Amino acid sequence: MSVGAPPQPVGVVRPARVGRPTRRPVTLLVTSALVVLALAGPLAFLVVQASDAGWGPIARLLFRSLTASLLWNTVRLSVVVTALCAVLGTLCAYLVERTDLPGRRLWGALLVVPFAIPDFVVGFGWTSIAPGVAGYWGAVLVMTLAVYPLVYLPVAAALRGADPALEEVARSLGLGRLARFWRVTVGQARRAILGGCLLVTLVILAEYGAFEILGYQTFTTEIFSEYSVGFDLAAASALSLVLVGLSLVALVVQNLVRERHGARVARGAARHHAPQRLGRATAPALVGVVTLVVAALGVPVGATLYWMTDGAPSALTGDSLVGAGLTTAAYAAAAGLLATLMALPIALLVVRHPSRLRSALSQSTLLILAVPGVVVALALSSFTEQHLGGLGYQSAALLVLAYALMFFPLALVGVRASVAQAPRALEEVAGSLGLSRARVFARVTLPLVAPGLAAAFCLVFLSVVTELTATLILIPTGAQTLATQFWAYQQNLAYGQAAPFALAMMAVAAVPAYLLGRFFDRLPTQRASALDPRVLP
Amino acid sequence: MTPLFSLLAGALALSACGGVSGTTITLYNGQHVETTDALVAAFEKSHPGIHVLVRSDSENTLDAQIVEEGPRSPADVFFAENSPALEYLQDRGLLAPLPRDVLAATPSRFNSPTGRWVGVTARVSVMVYDPATIPRTKLPTSILALAESRYRGLLGLAPSETDFQPIVTAVVRAVGRARALAWLEGLKRNAAGHLYASNEALTLAVNRGAVGLAVIDQYYWYRLRATLGTGAMHSALAPFAPRDPGYVVDVSGAGVLASSHHRSAAGALVRFLVSRAGQEIIARSDSFEYPIASGVVTAQPETPFAALQPNPITIAQLGTGSTAVALLREAQLL
Repeated sequence: MSVGAPPQPVGVVRPARVGRPTRRPVTLLVTSALVVLALAGPLAFLVVQASDAGWGPIARLLFRSLTASLLWNTVRLSVVVTALCAVLGTLCAYLVERTDLPGRRLWGALLVVPFAIPDFVVGFGWTSIAPGVAGYWGAVLVMTLAVYPLVYLPVAAALRGADPALEEVARSLGLGRLARFWRVTVGQARRAILGGCLLVTLVILAEYGAFEILGYQTFTTEIFSEYSVGFDLAAASALSLVLVGLSLVALVVQNLVRERHGARVARGAARHHAPQRLGRATAPALVGVVTLVVAALGVPVGATLYWMTDGAPSALTGDSLVGAGLTTAAYAAAAGLLATLMALPIALLVVRHPSRLRSALSQSTLLILAVPGVVVALALSSFTEQHLGGLGYQSAALLVLAYALMFFPLALVGVRASVAQAPRALEEVAGSLGLSRARVFARVTLPLVAPGLAAAFCLVFLSVVTELTATLILIPTGAQTLATQFWAYQQNLAYGQAAPFALAMMAVAAVPAYLLGRFFDRLPTQRASALDPRVLP
Repeated sequence: MTPLFSLLAGALALSACGGVSGTTITLYNGQHVETTDALVAAFEKSHPGIHVLVRSDSENTLDAQIVEEGPRSPADVFFAENSPALEYLQDRGLLAPLPRDVLAATPSRFNSPTGRWVGVTARVSVMVYDPATIPRTKLPTSILALAESRYRGLLGLAPSETDFQPIVTAVVRAVGRARALAWLEGLKRNAAGHLYASNEALTLAVNRGAVGLAVIDQYYWYRLRATLGTGAMHSALAPFAPRDPGYVVDVSGAGVLASSHHRSAAGALVRFLVSRAGQEIIARSDSFEYPIASGVVTAQPETPFAALQPNPITIAQLGTGSTAVALLREAQLL
């Protein structure tokens, strides 16, 4: 404060303090700080690696026409796929949740399942049956089909939880169906749409496998080449920093759009919606939804089954299939658990003790979603080699830690949604009845947020099952996951042998995907769009 | 939670040891996974005291890992796809000398000039083309011609593939650095929009007609045929003219790491790779590479190895591939 600052008027109460606990949540702060520190590790690694190389070589690498074309490829893909996912996800959610579309419950379930299919299996499915799918438009098609559930899931939940009164008023005022859709439905789901879009953008920035199959170059594929061809960690790190910059832009844009359309729609009462009649629009709507399900679910599953039965006769891979399946499930479960545990303190801190700084910190943890898996893996393996004398190198524990860091943001999404819903009053009552903080946490808070913890676990589990690039680097020698086995066979053009592993991946991932769909189904408020860090208590 | 951890512990234990008493060695494998698995299985059968853990990845990733691991590397043996990956480690003093009898199994021109790795298989670069897009008569006889404008929009390229580097090195040796750079820039123009991350994806693209022609190692095409069946092959192979810089034989080999604590077991594995038994597994496998040791010849319907007329570039001249990488960067293909 400067010397000549005017004295503060007496008696002004800062409204933000009202209702805040007086004691600082020390345990939460300390554990959260540790988690944020762990998440910042890989980012710090990038900076150190890139600066080790010195500015000259980095500048030569970054300021050339190849960078411009990679930037153009990455940006035009992210923007178009994000827009398509927003449209498809919102339309489908609207049709399933708000209209009398025939069989809408069934479609609702089928529309979620593609979330359980790895992007590179979607790419594999399409290229193996439709040779024309390649390059930019191939990438647009495959990525849209692979990631639109990231928008569909939260939007469907938001629509389900929104107050139907608005819709009814709009209708009584004589607004047509299109106008109602645009001004009411989209309005009510705006936060969910934006949150989903941000996830889509970040996932596309870090995608590798699908683009490799499609022959499309982005920053992430180039990071791979730099590392694997030139053994050039510094170059890969510098390119990754550009990627982090791009995701920062996405984060800021999302915030700006949200602020501009600031007013939060009052939740009102979540009661049953009378479904809107589609009338003559029924047939085209149905055709649209069926086409999407066939393209996103039918093609990859169909192609996989085709290669299993019709591919070249192959040696029975039963043994390695079961082994890889068990290993995958064990890694995924351990990582799901760890990431969920890491997300809990941050979610509690941000929702229960909000401040601008904490919100910003929690939101910045999203950035790691856009760091390619290979970079996170290199950061960890290089750290153990250089500073821990090789301790934990190529161990399952390190791999699980890498997964937990990479997919932490997804865990946070699930946990925060639940924490925001858990009524604060119950904890206060328990506290006033003389329970210690720890016991309040164990007996009141945990049971209240359990569904969110389960959702977080499922989200991370799903992502781990399909993770490839970090796994290849960190996996213990001799161990295999379904994804690495699929990749090894697919790389050698042995589709017949690759197919069972793709199918097993989908099978292992289908259960959590289904549970996740149920979780978002039940979430009765707009807070499903929990990417919003300032979920008010 | 408890069953979860026991499951994890189980997976760990499974991956950490094979349960066989005796020596356990680790093989870093950059080669065709199934063939390597078959070789390792046969080796373990004939050497009951030795268990082999296999870590498969791209040869360059493994190369980078070995360098990073330094003296602590868990790897005992490295089986690379191309000689530059081995020369790279050898230059850094990370490979141990091999016993004379192991080296003697392979003709010396396919071995490390300093005796620290031995050639196991050979591969040869050829053109793959789609006859529906470009008739055979329009194909060039020299790889240098692929930079000409008449191939614009027809060419496909996988510049980040390690298999491409020996070809670039051969071109540099044939025409000099400046002309080689201009040639690469021509290739880049002609292949705009058709850059692939792997030779597998590239071969597939030619076979489905998305690309008119490309340069690959011969075995990718045979592997694709084994998967798709002869009826689904819409592409064909064509060689460059004898001794053309595009007509390169390059060698895949194996070496023992200097940091290995199990050198004799590791040496036994390398010895097996170039033995008659090992070479016959390669000859019969789906990798479709040429066996080059112990007098074994391929059983596959490819041009016999002895009938090839490749460019006379040597292993030493191929080096570590650093010139090729620098040039590819300069041409902004990397």
